[in-house]
Parts: sequence; C-alpha cells; structure tokens
Amino acid sequence: MNGIFLQLFQNGLVLLLAPLLVGWVNQCRAWLQNRSGAGLLQPYRKLIKLFHKDAVLAHNASPLFRLTPYILFASMWLAASLVPVIATDLPLSPAVDVIALVGIFALARVFISLAAMDIGTSFGTLGARREMLVGFLAEPALLMVFFSAALISQSTSLVTIVETLAHKQFVIYPSLAFAAIAFVMVLLAENARIPVDNPSTHLELTMIHEAMILEYSARYLALIEWASALKLFAYTTIGIALFMPWGIAEAGRLEALPLALGMLLLKLAVAGAGLALLETVTAKMRIFRVPEFMGTAFLLAVLGMLIHFLVGS
Amino acid sequence: MNILNIYSGQLINLFAALVLLIAFAMLAQRRVLSLINLFALQGLLLAASTALVAWSSDQHHLYYSAALTLVLKVLFLPWLLHRLIRKLNVKWDIETLINIPTTMLLGLALVVFSFNLAGPISEIAGTITRSTLGIAIASVLLSFLMMITRSKAVPQVIGFLAMENGLFFAAVTATYGMPMVVELGIALDILVGMIIMGIFFFQIRATFDSLELKHMEKLRED
Amino acid sequence: MEIFWILAIPLSGGLLLAVFGYKSYAPELNSALSFATFLASIFLTVRVISDGAITEFDEQFFVDSFNVLFVALTAFVAFTTSLFSRPYMRIEQAHGKLTVNMLRLYHSMYQLFTFTMLLVLLTNNMGIMWVAMEAATLTTVLLVSLYRTPASIEAAWKYFILCGVGLALAMFGTILLYFAAEKILGPGGTALLWTHLDEVKGQLEPTILTLAFVFLLVGYGTKVGLVPLHSWLPDAHAEGPTPVSAVLSGLLLNVALYVLVRAKVLVDGTEHTNLAGNLMMGFGLLSVIVAAFMLSRQKDVKRMFAYSSIEHMGLITFAFGMGGAVATFAALLHMTMHALTKSAIFFAVGHATQKSGTQLMENIRGLIRTNPTIGWGLMLGTLAILGMPPFGVFASEFMIITTAMHDYPWSMPFLIIGLGVAFAAIFSRVQRMVFGETGGERLPHPPALVPVFVHLGLVLLLGLYIPAWLAAWFKQAAALIG
Repeated sequence: MNGIFLQLFQNGLVLLLAPLLVGWVNQCRAWLQNRSGAGLLQPYRKLIKLFHKDAVLAHNASPLFRLTPYILFASMWLAASLVPVIATDLPLSPAVDVIALVGIFALARVFISLAAMDIGTSFGTLGARREMLVGFLAEPALLMVFFSAALISQSTSLVTIVETLAHKQFVIYPSLAFAAIAFVMVLLAENARIPVDNPSTHLELTMIHEAMILEYSARYLALIEWASALKLFAYTTIGIALFMPWGIAEAGRLEALPLALGMLLLKLAVAGAGLALLETVTAKMRIFRVPEFMGTAFLLAVLGMLIHFLVGS
Repeated sequence: MNILNIYSGQLINLFAALVLLIAFAMLAQRRVLSLINLFALQGLLLAASTALVAWSSDQHHLYYSAALTLVLKVLFLPWLLHRLIRKLNVKWDIETLINIPTTMLLGLALVVFSFNLAGPISEIAGTITRSTLGIAIASVLLSFLMMITRSKAVPQVIGFLAMENGLFFAAVTATYGMPMVVELGIALDILVGMIIMGIFFFQIRATFDSLELKHMEKLRED
Repeated sequence: MEIFWILAIPLSGGLLLAVFGYKSYAPELNSALSFATFLASIFLTVRVISDGAITEFDEQFFVDSFNVLFVALTAFVAFTTSLFSRPYMRIEQAHGKLTVNMLRLYHSMYQLFTFTMLLVLLTNNMGIMWVAMEAATLTTVLLVSLYRTPASIEAAWKYFILCGVGLALAMFGTILLYFAAEKILGPGGTALLWTHLDEVKGQLEPTILTLAFVFLLVGYGTKVGLVPLHSWLPDAHAEGPTPVSAVLSGLLLNVALYVLVRAKVLVDGTEHTNLAGNLMMGFGLLSVIVAAFMLSRQKDVKRMFAYSSIEHMGLITFAFGMGGAVATFAALLHMTMHALTKSAIFFAVGHATQKSGTQLMENIRGLIRTNPTIGWGLMLGTLAILGMPPFGVFASEFMIITTAMHDYPWSMPFLIIGLGVAFAAIFSRVQRMVFGETGGERLPHPPALVPVFVHLGLVLLLGLYIPAWLAAWFKQAAALIG
C-alpha cells in the first residue's frame, strides 16, 4: 500500500517539479547574463496561459497530429516517473530498464517527427529531419553510457545500478567519468539546448525542436512544452541517478524520505545551475557540426566502456 | 595507510584514461595552437602519474624522471613550439582535416586492438599500474594515426612527440621506468631532435614558402 | 682502453670540427681523426681476436668477435670515405654548392655520425643502443639535407619522420625486452645489458619476447631499409652528398642489422620455434624481390644503387633468418663485402656525377673514354656487387644460395628471380654509362681514386683467398650468433 502511495507521490512530484526545473535553469541563465529574468514560476504561467487559449489546427491535420501531444506527454511522464529519484523500491521499479527508457524516448521522437511532417510545411519537415539526425547519433551514445554504468553493477536495471553505486565504497571509475561527459553531451542534444539547438529562437537556419512544433497552439502546445520539461527532468534525474546517486532512500526506509527529497532538490538545483552555466559559456554550433559533437559523445562513451574492460573494477 | 595510498592506483588509472582522451582530442584538433596546449597537458598528466607511481611504489628514481618529463615536455618543448609557431607565423593556422568521424572510428578500432594486445602482457606484469599498459600502447598507435592524417609539418611533429609520450607512459606503467642512463639518453635525443626539427621548419618554409607537406611529394617512384 | 679511444676520438673530433670545420685544413683533420679511430679499432680487434670477448667500464661496453668485425669495418670505411670526401667536397665547394658553414656542419656531423655508429656497436646496453641509433638518425638527417635543395629537404624530412617513427616502435620493443628481463634480473641497470640478457635468455617470457622482437624488427628494420619500410632510403641516398650515401649504405644499414641480429640471438634462446628467423626470412625475401623490380625503373644512378643496397640487405637478412653455421658465416661475409663494394661504387659514382654534372643515367655516357679510371672503377665495382666471380661477393652469395637450396628450397625461385632481374637492370645501365657513345672530351685530370681501388682490391682478394685467421674469426663470430 505504502509502495503505491509512494509511486503516486513520485508521479505527481515529477509532474509538478518539471516546469520548476525549466524555470530554474532559465532564471540561472538570466542571472548569468546579467538579466533579472522572468521568475521561477514563469513556465507554469505559460502553461496556464496556453491551456486557456483556443486551439487552431491546420485544415489538413490528421488525427495523428492531434494525438501526438498526448502520446508525447504520456511517454515523458512515464519516463520521468520511472527514474528512481527519491526511493528505490517502487511498484514500477522492476520495469525501469535503461534500454526501455531509451525505447520510450525513441517512441516520443518518432511521433513528434511524424506529426511535424503531417501538415506538410517545409519547416516541419526540416525540423523532423534534423531531429532524426540528432536522434540517430544520440541514441547509440546514450546506450553506451548506460552500458558503461551497467557493466559496473552487472545489470541494466536502473534501480540496481543506483543501489550498487550508492552503497559501494567510493571508487574512482574512469569509465563513469567518461560516461558522465558523454551523457551531458547527449542531454544537451536531446533537450534542444545550446550548443546543439536554441529553444528561445526561431531561426530557420538552426532551429530543430522549435521547427517541429511551429504548427501547434494552445493546449497541444502546452502539452508539448510540458512534455519537454518532463524530458529535461527525466534526463537530469537519470544523470543524478547514474553519477551522483548518494542520499536516495533505500528499500523499506520511509524515514529517509525527507532527507532524500531534500537531497533531490539540492542536486536538481546544482544540475540546473550547471546546465545554465554550460549554455552560457558555449556558443551555438553550426548544424553541420552537430554530427561531430554527437560523434564525440559516442566516442567518449565507447572509450569509457573499453577502459572499464581494461582497468576492471 | 592514508587515503592517497588507497586511491593512488585508481588515480593513475584515471590519469591514464585522460592521456588516452587527449590522444583522441589531438586526433581531432584543427588548430595548431590548441594542439600544442594539448601536448603540454598530456605531458603534465604523464609527469603526475609518474610521480604518483614513484610515490606509491617507493621507486625513487622515478621522481627524477617525473621531473625530467615536467621540465622537458611540459615546459621546454611547448615553449619552444609556441616560439616556433610565432616566428613562423603559423600561430592561428587551421588545418582542414578530412573525415574526422572515420578517423575516430579507426582510432577506436586501434584502442580495441591495443587493449587486446596488452591483455596477455599485463597479466604477467607485477606492477600496480599494469592495466594502463593497454592505454599506453593505444596512445602510441593513436599518435601514429595522427601523424598519418596530418598534412602540415608542425602537427606532424607534435604527433611524433605525443608518440614519445605514449612510449614513456608504457615504460613507467609496465616496468617502473627504464634505467636512468637510458632515460637521460632518450631525453637528450628528443631535445636534439626537436631543435633539428625547428631548424627544419625554417628550411622547409624558406624552400617551399609554406609548411604544407603536400609540396614535398616530388620524390616518388614513377 | 681501446674502447675509450675509439669513442673519444670521433666525439671530440666532432666538437673540434664544429669549431674548425670551415678551415682549409678541415678535410685533412677529418681524415686524420678517422685514421686515428681506425688505428684504435685495429688494436681492439687484435686484442679481442687473441684474448676473446671483453667487457669494460662496469660492463657497459662489450666486445666479442662478432661486433669487433663491424667496429673494424666501420672505422675502416669511415676512414676511406673521409679520404674520398676530401677532394670531393672541395670540388663541390668550388662549384658553389656548399658554403663554408655547410662544410663545417658536414665535417662535424661526419665525426659525430661515426661516433654514434661505434657507440651502437660497442655498447652492451640495449637502451643505449637505441639512443645511439636515434642519434645516428639525427646526425645523418642534417647530412642528407646539406645542399638545402627542395629535393634534399624533402628527402631529409621523410628520412627523419619515417625513421623516427620506426625507432619509436623499436623503443617499445626495448621496453618490452626490459619488462621481460626485469622479472629475472631485477630492476635497475643490468636488466638491459646484453651479456646479462644472454645468460638468462632461456628463462625469459616467450610471449613478451616474441612481441618485443616484432617491434624491434619493424623498428630497426626501417633503418635497415627492409621492404615495406624502405621508402626513405633511396631518397636519402640520392639527395645527400655522395660520401654520405657511401657511409649510409656501407655502414648505417649494417649497424642497424647488427642490432637486429643481437635481438634475434635473445629471442632464439627463449623461443623454441624459429619465429624470429622466419620473420627475417620473409622480410628479407620481400626486400630482395621488390628492390630488384624497382631497380629496373630507376633513372637516377644513386637511387639505383640505393635500391641495390636494399636488395643486398634483404639477402643478408634472409641469410641471418636461415641461421646455421654456413648461412650466418655467409651473411657476415656478405655484409663485409657489401660494405666495401657499395662504398667503392658510391665513390666512383660520386666522381662520375660530379664530372658530368648530373645524376641522371641517360646523361652519363662513355665514362671509359672521358675518364678511364672512373669508368673502370664503376665497371669493376658493379661486376663485384652483382656477384661476379672472382670477387668476394660471389663467394658469400654462393654460400647463401646453396644453403637456401638445401634448407629452404621453396625460396629458390624468388631469390633467383630477384638476383637475375637485379643483374639485368644494373648491368645494362652501367654498361651504357661506361661504354656508351659520347661526344665528351677526355678530361684533363684523372681523379684520385685510391679508396675505390683499395676497397675493390680487398673484395677481390677475399674472393680469391680468405686467410685462415680471418676465416677462423668469421667462424667464431658466426658461432656466437648460432
């Protein structure tokens, strides 16, 4: 009973925290750029505003176009709630396989790309193509990162990985260090951040994510925005789970929950600030350089794995 | 036993991994200036891991070789190279590298190959750092690959020096370094070799008006 | 004590000539220093032959009848080459190809190059061997690019990079060797001493030693000029000054091969297979064939003889690879003969190209008319290097081929084709250069070609009659290698 309650709590938590994380990143970025910023709650305000508007759809939009925001939102919510953020023994825990997570992200990617091409505008097609380019390079890199971590704990279950890493004596893993850098690069690419994409502009030369959702409005757009926030949240928590899992509540220890929650907020704050810093100090790269960027991520992840085989643990 | 002792082996592994990473970075680096800095950084890691090996295995002669590395490969050679590229006016030179991803994949294949090659040897080694022998071989081969893919004189020489770094790393990790007299001799050779190289750069530029090696493909069998 | 002098004279000579190398008497000084080195090497040779192997200076130097052969040969050829270079470089200077500063560099580097080669030969330490080998590369790089022409700079660059990379691989082989030895001999200085390694070679780890030998073979093989690592060799020979081509072909290749043979002795003692020998035979045979076919496509006379050096080095490597008393004896004899003959040929070629002002063979014609001494020198040298009786090369080649026929009959077609093609290619070209029609006048001054005929005389003498003490010496050396 406790477990189901806890699972529901986590589901609600990620749903509510995700826009806050986006707000925090934007706020940090504003501070770093000497702006006052729109405030932490701006993403919520934007979501409310969008939900209140009337939707406008293209004449030739198919049901797929209408269905996609819901699929996107559902899959991202699922992904974000699967990741063990505060406790490791949740009812859904056995399902949290890293390969399944990659699959969920891929599902979302396929639908958004199909929807982007559905209307038949040139921007949508362009965005979808670029998204697929980034995706097909990012996915193997992400898998390699997961495998590096999985090799240490001998399991692809995220829960097992977290438990192994959180309770082991501190060991320097060169392989994990490499994987961490690769993961950050994948995170930047997959969440349409600088230097791969810039979500705050609509430049046809460079935009990827924004190009795909140009035709959406009102509640559809709200769902997509929310899904993006959830995606960022999911990636951040995966990163936290893999590379700084300390402080998570162990199986059957409810009293550790408040501490775990506090730790999670702290880690999210740090990760968000770090992301903002990264985005501020780097410049947007040309789209043709993106394959190189993702190639580097892949290389790092593979190197990490190879080094794991060599050095052992 | 203090904390550093427990982690020194792991730290050396980390340094080794970083040496390998730098070898890859050099493979993909287009700018001559950054290439020199990467080389200096690799030397620094080398010196640090040599000192660490010296400390954790009580091999005192390795301190000297760490100091030698520091002076020669971190301070003197990068300084000389910086000076050279300033004098030759190629400081901001950018090399057009073709097909970085293919080179990288080839590099990965080399890494797998050298790890396999090192496997049986490192099992025999009794040193605490034996696992890094594979990384040493890999960085030698990667520098070799870098020399093959470069078309300008200065990067080619940096590749050559990076290869020397890899060899040195192999010597430290597999055997706690070569005998001192040999190490001194090698250092002298590198030093003299670099100076000759420097003279060469000027001769090449005076003769061909550039440091592009594609001008130097006249001598071949027809 | 002789060892000290053998090394000290060229080293201090190099420094001395770095200061006085531009003076008018520098060539004579160069020859005098080389002669002093040669004298010291004779004393050493006599002592080693009569008293047996010696180690000196805390075992850092080691001489047995195997390497003293090369010490004597190196010192001798270095001396005669310095005699040849005396008038040759003066004429080059008179032609305006060289400035006094270049001449100073040349003389200083010549002595230092001799020093590094003798150090490779005399040292007992495999690490120092590497260091000296690399130093030999560095000194010759400067000699190859002496003329500062685009082609010579390109050749020197290629030489530097290729041999640098090759030697880096050899370094890795040396590290592996040390790694294997350190297990038994303990860390510190003695684990790289060849004599110590030789004592414990049965206990060394075969896996590591195999790998070490592969790296050493590829590394030092680059310097020997084994195909496919040979591409620096023709360029360096063709573009450097002729005395440098003579010492490169006659000495440096020998010295590199010497190191390889030292390594092979260790591996043979560890392995119970003939892996090292098979590898050497493979590389050697490949070199013979490829070089022979490349020979027929050459236009530049020095390039052609450089390829001939690759071919002969391949043959010698093949012979060492076969192993056994006869083949090793033949290989040692062939190394000696090749060093003497090839340097003599380069002396003659040097004069011929200097007189005709070109290295292109189609522009060199009728040497026998314009200058009979050069013509005969070149013709006789060519006949000698092609293995014509009664020259000494015939004897050694004959022994190699009969051994190969007996032990490795499958190699015969390759060897015969290689030698045959090389014969046809070189002979037809030299024949036209020497006897071809020419409109040229007879040159007024015949050049002094004493070194050429001294070398060829020795080769002829050894082809007709090998003194008993010399045969005993070679047999002793061959027995050391096994």
